[in-house]
Amino acid sequence: MLQLKEGEKEEILACVKEVLGENSKTHENLIPVLQQVQKKLGYLPVLAMEKIAEGLDVPAADVFGLATFYNQFRLNPPGKHEVKVCLGTACYMTGGDITLESFERRMEIKESETSPDRHYSLERVACVGCCSLAPVVVVDDQVEGKVTPTRVDGIMLELEADRDGPAGEESGPKEGGNSEQD
Amino acid sequence: MNKTDLLKRYEDMKEEARQSIQARQEKSLVLIGTATCGLAAGAMQVKEDFIREIETKGLEAEVIEVGCIGHCYAEPLAIIAKPGYPAVCYGNLDEGLVHRLVEDFLAGDDPSYEYAMAALDRNDEFPTFEDFPRGVYEEKMILEHCGLTDFKKIESYIANGGYEALAKALSEDPGFVLEEVKEANLRGRGGAGFPAGKKWEACLNNGENEKYVICNGDEGDPGAFMDRSVLESDPHLVIEGMILCAYAVGSHQGYLYIRAEYPRAVEHVREAIKQAREKGLLGSSILGTDFSFDLEVFQGSGAFICGEATALVNSMEGKMGMPESRPPRLVEQGFRGKPTVLNNVKTFAYVPLIISRGADWFKSTGTSESPGTAVFSLVGKINNTGLVEVPMGTTLRQLIEEVGDGLPNGREFKAVQIGGPSGGCLPESSLDVPIDFDSLHEAGAIMGSGGLVVMDQDDCMVSVARYFLEFTQHESCGKCTFCRLGTKHMLDILTDITRGEGDLETLELLKELSEDVRDGSLCNLGRTAPNPVLTTLRYFYDEYRAHVEEGRCPALVCRDLILYYIKPPKCSKLCNVCVGSCPTEAIYTREDGLKAIDQDKCVKCDNCRKACPDEYDAVIKLSPPELPAEKERKAK
Repeated sequence: MLQLKEGEKEEILACVKEVLGENSKTHENLIPVLQQVQKKLGYLPVLAMEKIAEGLDVPAADVFGLATFYNQFRLNPPGKHEVKVCLGTACYMTGGDITLESFERRMEIKESETSPDRHYSLERVACVGCCSLAPVVVVDDQVEGKVTPTRVDGIMLELEADRDGPAGEESGPKEGGNSEQD
Repeated sequence: MNKTDLLKRYEDMKEEARQSIQARQEKSLVLIGTATCGLAAGAMQVKEDFIREIETKGLEAEVIEVGCIGHCYAEPLAIIAKPGYPAVCYGNLDEGLVHRLVEDFLAGDDPSYEYAMAALDRNDEFPTFEDFPRGVYEEKMILEHCGLTDFKKIESYIANGGYEALAKALSEDPGFVLEEVKEANLRGRGGAGFPAGKKWEACLNNGENEKYVICNGDEGDPGAFMDRSVLESDPHLVIEGMILCAYAVGSHQGYLYIRAEYPRAVEHVREAIKQAREKGLLGSSILGTDFSFDLEVFQGSGAFICGEATALVNSMEGKMGMPESRPPRLVEQGFRGKPTVLNNVKTFAYVPLIISRGADWFKSTGTSESPGTAVFSLVGKINNTGLVEVPMGTTLRQLIEEVGDGLPNGREFKAVQIGGPSGGCLPESSLDVPIDFDSLHEAGAIMGSGGLVVMDQDDCMVSVARYFLEFTQHESCGKCTFCRLGTKHMLDILTDITRGEGDLETLELLKELSEDVRDGSLCNLGRTAPNPVLTTLRYFYDEYRAHVEEGRCPALVCRDLILYYIKPPKCSKLCNVCVGSCPTEAIYTREDGLKAIDQDKCVKCDNCRKACPDEYDAVIKLSPPELPAEKERKAK
């Protein structure tokens, strides 16, 4: 779990408050509330889930339960660049797992994680639905077909080039942004 | 409103639609396939190119987005319909080809047949899709208009005879719809093949006032995209089917449950619902009658288990998508505790056709027990990947060799996986099995929702079984012990086998456990999860044995059982490609200038093998992972 950046806590609290204000406070509304909070924040931080549990008067375990049951909900913040590797049948057969591993190695994170500087997030998805282009990777909503490990390096070069700040700076923002595992 | 007025009202609507479509067809039309598969291949860029080229030339032509025509292997593709010429389909488009087509065909009079795939109308100049082997076997029912009709305009659907079935049904008793569907013996296309008519009748007989019709568009099979294509390309067909069902069972509210991962399907269906309401085909007093029915889209949060009927209903009620034991069945106690009909997207899509053309027309295709057609998404090691619709009873061999045009580059067929994670792998010897619900079940696979993956000699069956089990294990909802823990243990055993660990007893244990999971689970996810394992054990036992007894993966896939090796006689001193391709700097140059791989650093990413130029082809995989001793000594 990544640590929160400065000011992020306030943002989360405000967002949860706003969403809770717009919905009637019943257990049945739990999924819509989670969906709306995720839409605003991009993910479901632990803090938000705790506050939602309080607000709707349901056990926090139920909220975690739903958030982890459905694939739509994510518990890590999205990176600046989101990479989704398709591991549908056709992609798997054509080496999608090798592609995923190449990204993991290059980004130095595992699937469903976000890099500490939040520059990348990496996910696996079940099927993008363009099996004839397998193996497929979705980079920031752009579908890339027939992605070999060599192409992974190409994609990574493009993404690396898009770092903020002066060239050569190895890691992301210093203040509070870098974090370790919780 | 009497029968004549009702039909007249529809006829007027159809005439109006036809005129507006005809007016459109007076100029040249460019139809671009922009379903998800097309978009992935760059259809939007092609669309922009067409618009730009047409504008530069100052031509009178309209560019229209259409859905999926089913020929995914040739995406991005477009159909050009110019008055006075047959409509022609072009594939694998790029900027240059677009430029040429606009200049030669739209501006000039040369249809550039050398770049065409096929014509769509019969003509004397160029073959149509029906003239290819694929066209001979294919028989399109629900895909008939997919990729040819403008999904953004309800007029396109109506001009083709859409909503005619609805007008016809409303002019008759609700019993007419039910009788036709029962007579047609329409079986549910979600996989199990339960007769839709029976289901509807049970719901009808439950007498309550409040009833629901739900369309299951939670297509979760990795590698299947039929439902998505139908929803994206011809949404009104499904909507009309649902209205007809609602009329038959007496429901006034329906829901389309669509995966959140299919944003375009959601968007297209919502737009279609809006237009149908505006035309008075949906909502209160449909076509002026006293029958009312409305539809809403519910976005699924993404869980494979929600394709199971009771789990789907639970998730619509805001709970975790866990299945319930049945009875009570959904037709007795479904959504909000009320009688509910739940059918697959494709099942609903057949209904308007059956009503307007009759049950006998439907039964004239397919087999007596499984009438109609089957829709498959054909993927894997096959030339013509895409969406196909063939009559039930077509054999797998015809489907793969004729419709799919066989395997690419003369590869050798090994197995075909049908029905996704719940289906099975069938070998060459089963290829003459006819495709219908019952025959496939006997062979150990299932019809499933229609994913069909072709595999060749480079695919390891143990690894494939492991892949599917990993999927079902992850998606197991955790309710039943056998499914929750059993699949986990099966996965552990399979993982061990892919590492060469275990013995023949392990295989026995795996088989036993598979049967227990099958028998001890409540819903079909658990009951069918062992299918990929059981079928591969049954048909490809030798491959399992090679893994555990020899530590060898015959297909050279399982990474713990292979190593990469550069054959010195084939390697060239003049080439350095592999060195640069290696992400872990495992490849070094030997004293004699040839390359070699440091096995400790190698992560087996396959980069060097792909990078090695064809004329050398020096990088090979070896299994079991033992270096050829003598040659390695020379290397040092």
